[in-house]
This record gives sequence, structure tokens and C-alpha cells, in this order.
Amino acid sequence: MIEIRFHGRGGQGAVTAAEILAKAAFKDGKYCQAFPFFGPERKGAPVMAFTRIADDPIRRRYQVYNPDYVIVLDETILEAVDVLSGLKEKGKVLINSKNEIDFEKNIESYNIDATGIALDILGVPIVNTVMLGAFAGATNVVTADSIVDATKETFPGKIGEKNAKAVQFAYEKIKI
Amino acid sequence: MIKVISANRALAEAVKLAKPQVIPVYPITPQTSISEYLASFVADGDLKAEYIRVESEHSAISAAVGASGTGVRTFTATSSQGLALMHEILFAAAGLRNPIVMGNANRALSAPLSIWNDQQDSISQRDSGWMQFFAENAQEALDFIIQAYKISENKDVLLPSMVCVDGFILTHTVEPVNIPHQEDVDKFLPTYQPKHAYLDPKDPMSLGTFTDPDYYMEARYDMEVAMEKAKDVIRKVNKEFEEVFGRKYDLVENYRCEDAEIILVAMGSICGTIKAVIDSLREKGEKVGLLKIIAFRPFPQEDIYQAVQNAQRIAVLDKNISFSIGGVLHNEIKAKMDVDASGFILGLGGRDVSPEDIINIIKETRNPTEPDKITWVGIKEEE
Repeated sequence: MIEIRFHGRGGQGAVTAAEILAKAAFKDGKYCQAFPFFGPERKGAPVMAFTRIADDPIRRRYQVYNPDYVIVLDETILEAVDVLSGLKEKGKVLINSKNEIDFEKNIESYNIDATGIALDILGVPIVNTVMLGAFAGATNVVTADSIVDATKETFPGKIGEKNAKAVQFAYEKIKI
Repeated sequence: MIKVISANRALAEAVKLAKPQVIPVYPITPQTSISEYLASFVADGDLKAEYIRVESEHSAISAAVGASGTGVRTFTATSSQGLALMHEILFAAAGLRNPIVMGNANRALSAPLSIWNDQQDSISQRDSGWMQFFAENAQEALDFIIQAYKISENKDVLLPSMVCVDGFILTHTVEPVNIPHQEDVDKFLPTYQPKHAYLDPKDPMSLGTFTDPDYYMEARYDMEVAMEKAKDVIRKVNKEFEEVFGRKYDLVENYRCEDAEIILVAMGSICGTIKAVIDSLREKGEKVGLLKIIAFRPFPQEDIYQAVQNAQRIAVLDKNISFSIGGVLHNEIKAKMDVDASGFILGLGGRDVSPEDIINIIKETRNPTEPDKITWVGIKEEE
């Protein structure tokens, strides 16, 4: 079982990202589950969302306390939230930032300027799909093709095409 | 077709497949997306129903009663305060023998105000004459709605059904759900053809008339008989459902109970977490099982006794509280059978239930500090 926690701000699409990741994992032949941190959401306030991916049906129904991966959609959240909370040993962090962030030792981290990519390709600073492309590139948890397919399903038409392009770009940029 | 969707979406898909003709509904967190999905199905022409935007839950259930009184299939959905506001008309719906099906997103009751999950709302309506089915996951939410119509509309039952899904834990969680084909559902659940009393201008009659003391008790007794008969009808419908759709259900689900020394009894989404804990304990040789209550009304006392009679210890988990007496499920089991059982109150107002909580419950149950003790799980001490 792989558990992923998303950190973002209300309106940045963290919940949608968690759901697209679950759908993509399902396309890869895995079982999946995705859910927001339960409760009301306010634009701009720190939010969390979670995805679980496994080879067997997922029955557990509690919050994710010890994620394998943390995906941070907004760098400024680091001042407000301990994004490393409960992160497993050898856990990995992917963060939207122009700069390399100095996390604790032993924590493998990746940074990508997702805001820049989103502004270039989408014309708006909405980074959720960009970050999923980067996540597919930085890990072997999910394939980029499935992220592209799940993104197009979630956003039909032109918006989906643009987002798919952004996913592909971020994937190539960060691919191991 | 398997789709990755939430329980609210699964529930709405089930409603679409069941083809109700009238849907009066009022939105409330965490039920809201059910009413939104259904509104869009109707607006897009995918569901040919009268969608009535009412001004309150009291009106929603009243409109459902009126519609059902004309003999058409009817659906509504609510949660928490909304269900509480329906309270008066819930009894009328059951007494008028309206086979309405309702989705309830289980949420705590105010005060203190909470939008999060527990099961106090539906448990508090247990005496209304509605059947209640509790889903563990999104698939069950879908499957129970389709079966609920067939059970409610059975001429030996004619009582309304409530399908309960844990708020947020299920309503806002996406996971793979198998959505049946319309042709299969049409075959399993044909158009409702009422054979009892219903309003028809060509054959006028009155429903819900004043009933003097000569008749009231008989009407209530008939409901009791119907609720008892519902148990066999549920089993029959479960069997037919399995034949068409391949998924097997019963009044209760027996999970690794056969040789279990300790059996946990619970309802709803928490059963998933318990199953995962049981599997890991079984690997260490601990004989633990789960009895999942699917039908809370009719109360499956025979099935419960059958499953737990050989266990050394029983733990009953309640996401509700009847003050000064404990959890309702715990009390009902104690009332109906001669067994010792530890009671646990947990998960109220959205308090998360972790695997460690379940392990601690099993520990307390194995060596109880006093018989039939009621424990509030994870309660914080006053500072």
C-alpha cells in the first residue's frame, strides 16, 4: 500500500489532484482510494488531500498518518504547516518551487517550478496537473500515460488537452 | 463498468438506474452532491423524473409521501439536521406504507454543531418504521439502493428504506465501483406496479385518514408483522441480486467469525478498518472476527445470535449514544440475547478511528475490567 498526501491551498486543486492520481492508478491496474481532509474548504486556506494505491482492495477508512510521499502544491504552505509530519523513513517530497528546498537529512526531495509551467502552458497558475506529471516522472508509482488519460477524463475538451500537455512537459522535465 | 467515484456519486448512479419518477430533495452537507448529481441527470435528460426543489427537508419528505401515495417510485436524500427535521413525516411515510427509498449521509447532530460523521442521525429514527441498511463502501451504497426498492415495494413489506452512508468517510471518498448495466437493473427491478391503496382519479379514495381506537393498534401491528416478514424478503432479494450481479449480501456479514474467540460487532465504513486489523491479527494467530450489521431495521437478532453464540467475548461498537444507557446497538444486542458484551462509543462527530483504537478495543474486550463495561474510545481527560 502506497499512501500519498497533498498539501495546497483551497482553490489550487489538491482534492482534484488526489482523485486524478487515484483514477490514473486504477488505469494502471491498481486499486485506489482518494479523499479530502474532511470538512469545509475555504479559498486560500491550507488544505490536504490523500490518495491510497494498492495491489489489493483497500478497506482501511482512517486518515493517512504516515505517507510514503508528500506533494506540496504551494511553497508558502511550509510556513504554516509541517508537511513532513508522519512522513515514512525514506519518504519522498515533491514541491512546487523554483529553488531546491533544504528538508531534513534522509528525505529525498524534488522541486519543480510548476507555477511557471502552468502559466506557460495553461495561462493560469493552477498547478495540480503539472505536479502529477512531475510525480509520475519522479517515482514509479503511476505511469505518465495514465495521468494524461485521467486528466483528460476529468477535464474534457480543450482544457483537458492543455492540462495533458502540461502533465507531459512536467513528466519529461523531472524524469529520473 | 468500473468507475472511480465517490459513494455519493455511486448512490446517485443507483437512483438513476432504479428510475424513480419523483425526486423531492433539499441539499445539506455531506449529502449535497447527491442532490446535485440527480439534478444534472434530470436536466440532461438521463433520468426522466420530476425533480422538486423544495424549501426544507420537512417538505422533501412530505412531497415524497404525496408522490408515493400516487403509486410512483420516489427517492429523497438527506443528512443529520435534515433527517431530524423529517422526523414527524418519517412516521407518516411508514404508517402510510409508502415504499420510499432515501439516502442518508450519516452525520452528527447539533449541538455542538458538527458536519462530520457519526450515526446518531439515523439511529435516532430507529422507531419510525423505516428499514435501515448501513453501507461499508461505495459499492454497497449503490447495491443497497437498488435492492432497497425491491424490498420496500414487496407486497409483504411496503415499508420505506433508508440507505446509510458514513458522511465524508464514504460520501467524499472516491474508489472503484462497479456500475451495473441498465438492462440488468430493469430485469431485476421492473417498473413499480402498486397493488395496494394508491391515489387514482378514476378510482377515488382517501389515504391517511383519522383512525379511531378501534383500528389504530391493528395498523401498527401490521407494520410490526411487515418488518418481521422483511427479513425473509431481504434474504430473497439478496439472492436474486447475487444471481444477476454476482455480489453476495445478507442481513449481516460474517467476517472470519467461525472459530473466533473475540467477535466485534459494528456497522458502516468502520467495518473496513476492522477487517484489515483482523487480517493482521489472524496472521499472528489471534482468533478475532467481525460481525457487520447491514440491516439495523429489521433487527437481525437470529443472525447475530447465530454468529456470536460460540465466541468467548463480544465487543459492540457504536457511533451513537443513548445517554445514561450507552450505545444503541450494544443495548439491543444485550436486550435480545443472553450474552456478555463490552460496549464501545467511538467516532462521534468525525473523531477518526485508527487501527490502534481497534486493537485497544480487542485488548479491553479480552480482559474486561468489568462485565458489560461501556468505554468511550479515545476520550480526552479534563485538564
